[in-house]
Amino acid sequence: MTATTALYDVPGPHSKRRHRLYGAAATVVILAVLAWVGYLLVDTGQFSSRKWTPFAYVGIQKLLLEGLGNTLKAFACAAVLSLVLGAVLAAGRLSDHAPVRWVSTLLVEFFRAMPVLVMIFFVYVALKAEPLYALITGLTLYNGSVLAEVFRAGVHSVDRGQREAAYALGMRKTQVMTYVLVPQAVRAMLPTIISQLVVALKDTSLGFLITYEEFLHAGKLIASNLDYDLPFIPVVMIVSPIYIGMCMLLSWCAYRVAKRQRKSLKTDAVDVNAPEPGTLLPGAQQQR
Amino acid sequence: MNVLTDNFSLYGEGLLGTVELTVLASLLALVAGVLMAAFRVAPVGSLRVFGTVWVMVLRNTPLTLLFFAVLLGLPRFGVVLPFKVFAVLALGCYTSAFICEAVRSGINTVPVGQGEAARSLGMTFSQTLGDVVLPQAFRTVIPPVGSTLIALAKNSAIAGSFSVVELLGTYKTLNELGYSIIWTFVWIAVGYLIVTLTISALFNVLEKRWGVPR
Repeated sequence: MTATTALYDVPGPHSKRRHRLYGAAATVVILAVLAWVGYLLVDTGQFSSRKWTPFAYVGIQKLLLEGLGNTLKAFACAAVLSLVLGAVLAAGRLSDHAPVRWVSTLLVEFFRAMPVLVMIFFVYVALKAEPLYALITGLTLYNGSVLAEVFRAGVHSVDRGQREAAYALGMRKTQVMTYVLVPQAVRAMLPTIISQLVVALKDTSLGFLITYEEFLHAGKLIASNLDYDLPFIPVVMIVSPIYIGMCMLLSWCAYRVAKRQRKSLKTDAVDVNAPEPGTLLPGAQQQR
Repeated sequence: MNVLTDNFSLYGEGLLGTVELTVLASLLALVAGVLMAAFRVAPVGSLRVFGTVWVMVLRNTPLTLLFFAVLLGLPRFGVVLPFKVFAVLALGCYTSAFICEAVRSGINTVPVGQGEAARSLGMTFSQTLGDVVLPQAFRTVIPPVGSTLIALAKNSAIAGSFSVVELLGTYKTLNELGYSIIWTFVWIAVGYLIVTLTISALFNVLEKRWGVPR
């Protein structure tokens, strides 16, 4: 497919000039805004050496790294536990026993409808748990329920013939699930699962609100230090690229996995796309 | 039970705060999101780059960090506005990235012939997009936009921790007054269920009225 889009004609010399003009104007506006922000930063003395010296101290660096470590710890626990909870709830929702199905459905729907923060605060305030456990519990309940739906959708997305063939070979339901359906479902859903883990990673920052000593909390501690002239903006400038970078890395993994799946020879051989009208944007894939 | 009846006005205020935040931030998110989606498919390169960066950065920013930076950071530049306005800005900008992606994938579901036909009639890019493609895309993006706005309503809980009046924040006052903390949270949960279920019902109606599966 050529890199053309149906939204506008291939520009001729006149339009090209016009687009370049618009492009230049837009760039100027964007740069002007950035320059203004930069001016404000300099004007309010955010780059003064007094505000940046703390980051040269080993103690402060250690504080930040410890915060980062705590963030990653909470993320790792929450990720593993929510995968487990997701598997359990998905198994419950796919169960042959109606009561199990109802209970799992109720749990999944309830926890998906609740804000994570309400759950975290509930565990923290009402059950008086440690901040770390409150954070992990909240994240696990929410992401576990979302992942349960993802797993369930994955199992349903596996071709019906696979299940039928497995039953025809005399496998029991558990075998059909574990040997046939789940491996294929996980493969199909891997990008979605990783995207959900990005959500979990982002939400670990909620620990900040219940005074869990994570990355943002460490930043807040430094930012409220009068000795260094309240280096709030420098802290934001250091903390946010690291946070955003971690999330982007994980998002990028999801993107790579999704791309690799689309290219996989195996899946290509199985379902050849039916001829269909293309999409409006270059390189875009029809949704699912 | 008497937690609710005794403090009806407090809960009502909180619920109203949540609804207000949700509605205002939704409007901002929808406007900014559609605008960014238009940027991302525009023929002008720098706008495309701007839209892409906007979405990529905001989608990967933890909302707490954004709140932290906007609510506590902007005042340092001498931008002094009520916290509620800051909260709406943070929530709206954050959600606009997700709206943008939903709209963009909606644009992709419009058959290519529509765009080609519009162009062959001599329509410009903004006419093609605004008069032909977006109205059709709108019909397919109702469900994803609905779930994005539900997520927005749930995310608004974060604002409570930054001293904006909203539902979750009511627990502090009630806790100090010595009410049963479990029941306090039960009624907060009910409040959020009311908000999210209302949005979901509203989008079900929209979906029934205008939705087209593609």
